[in-house]
Amino acid sequence: MTDFISEFGPVWGTALAVGQILAFMVVLLLSLAFLLLMDRKVWAAVQMRKGPNVVGAFGLLQSFADFLKFVLKEIIIPAGADRPLFILAPLITFTLAFIAWAVIPVAPGWVISDINVGILYIFAISSLGVYGIIIGGWASNSKYPFLGALRSAAQMVSYEVSIGFVIVTILVMAGTMNLSAIVAAQEGGFWNWFVFSAGMLPWPAFLITIPMFVIFFISALAETNRPPFDLPEAESELVAGYQVEYSSTPYLLFMIGEYLNIVLMCALMTVLFLGGWHAPFDVAPFTWIPPVFWFALKVLFLFFMFAMVKALVPRYRYDQLMRLGWKIFLPTSLAAVAVMGGIVVYSNAS
Amino acid sequence: MLQAAAFYILASTAVISAFMVVAARNPVRAVLFLILTFFSAAGLFVMLGAEFLAMLLVIVYVGAVAVLFLFVVMMLDVDFAALKEGFLNYLPLGGAVALALAAILALTGIGWVTADTAATSLQAPIPADMSNPQALGAVLYDRYVLFFQLAGLILLVAMIGAIVLTLRHRDGVRRQNIARQVGRKREDAVELVDVKSGEGIG
Repeated sequence: MTDFISEFGPVWGTALAVGQILAFMVVLLLSLAFLLLMDRKVWAAVQMRKGPNVVGAFGLLQSFADFLKFVLKEIIIPAGADRPLFILAPLITFTLAFIAWAVIPVAPGWVISDINVGILYIFAISSLGVYGIIIGGWASNSKYPFLGALRSAAQMVSYEVSIGFVIVTILVMAGTMNLSAIVAAQEGGFWNWFVFSAGMLPWPAFLITIPMFVIFFISALAETNRPPFDLPEAESELVAGYQVEYSSTPYLLFMIGEYLNIVLMCALMTVLFLGGWHAPFDVAPFTWIPPVFWFALKVLFLFFMFAMVKALVPRYRYDQLMRLGWKIFLPTSLAAVAVMGGIVVYSNAS
Repeated sequence: MLQAAAFYILASTAVISAFMVVAARNPVRAVLFLILTFFSAAGLFVMLGAEFLAMLLVIVYVGAVAVLFLFVVMMLDVDFAALKEGFLNYLPLGGAVALALAAILALTGIGWVTADTAATSLQAPIPADMSNPQALGAVLYDRYVLFFQLAGLILLVAMIGAIVLTLRHRDGVRRQNIARQVGRKREDAVELVDVKSGEGIG
């Protein structure tokens, strides 16, 4: 974002900045409506169904119909619930899902706030995401939501650790915490993307970065409570987990927040591993296409992978989930940080 | 002016929510006020130009420590009214501790402000040619590396101690051994027996 305030004065500058943020939010929400439909369509296709196909051509307007339906229903608050916190929880989830997008660069210079500790900001916001769920589960004053909230708290805290270490490996390679600078460091063809890492480091580095990418993908599934790690809302055990008591708009806010977090994780993987807005080949026909298109394409591909995982993989058992997080991902990513640090120091020294 | 307004909003939020931590009747709400205090402190760090510290405060304290607090407080059935019964008895002792703490803070603060280098370090808390994490890393891993390592060692000991204290082995717990499950072959599990009629398996 250009510094509107210094350019257009305090009043118009603020208005322009707010307008830009609103425009970005509208674009995000509109894309989210179609991504939700895509999620359901992919899921349906795997199960040889047609998925939503009634509202609009190919069901394109299904998400909007759902939205209207949610908004028009009555908000029901259980008698025993903690009213302020019950309302606060979905708002927290919704708001946090949006403010994390402030530092995601979608094209060169297309970022709301280009802060130096961008990656830490994202990490901080995503580690706050657990509050919406845990407060919602507790404030419902009901046993299934509470169990769901406890599960989700333990699960998200566990997988955050491995996500953190994977991010550190990338930071060590990039040498910066600014997301735009991280993307800029991956310029010039797909072999320079951090998932392959060969452009800047000796060749064995991709033996670390590719597993790191896989670990990040799986941890992102757990962090966003997606299947196969959707234990906080496991419908066969906990009805719907922390969302049991929620209806109407609060439920809608929870759902938008959840999906927005999934897309955020896809965008983060795009930025950290898949070269952000850069084209896979740095030659003529690929460079004609605007950078934002490449960014969207990569996010779309990762979202498709998320949808496929949801369709294909059965739910984990809770102890298996914890075992995977603490006994496999944590040591692996910790070792990767040490080895990657060694590689970077070695290749800088020679 | 905007900065001053932001400072006063953040500072008053910090003080008020810190007070509410002790004043709140509901333990869960007390923890939520604690989180609000952490947040305002992080905001104050950002205003000081220490955005790295601010993010770490949010990640470590709000994102992990306070979640575990909340986790425990939600599961415990704490009767806060009973806890507060002896409040007046402990007031003098608590007041003394608070006074000592305030005195220490005041001494440190005055010492820092009146130091010879105060004017320069107030204006530029970090060197201009260094980014925030770089400056912090240079101090932690370079000048105070020994203390840093010692602190890490103490934490490790504390962690191992906590595990040792709570670990207990129970007999008869059936654990999943994934290597054994995966390594199982058809021959180990299935046996084809030709049962003759009227004889059964001996």
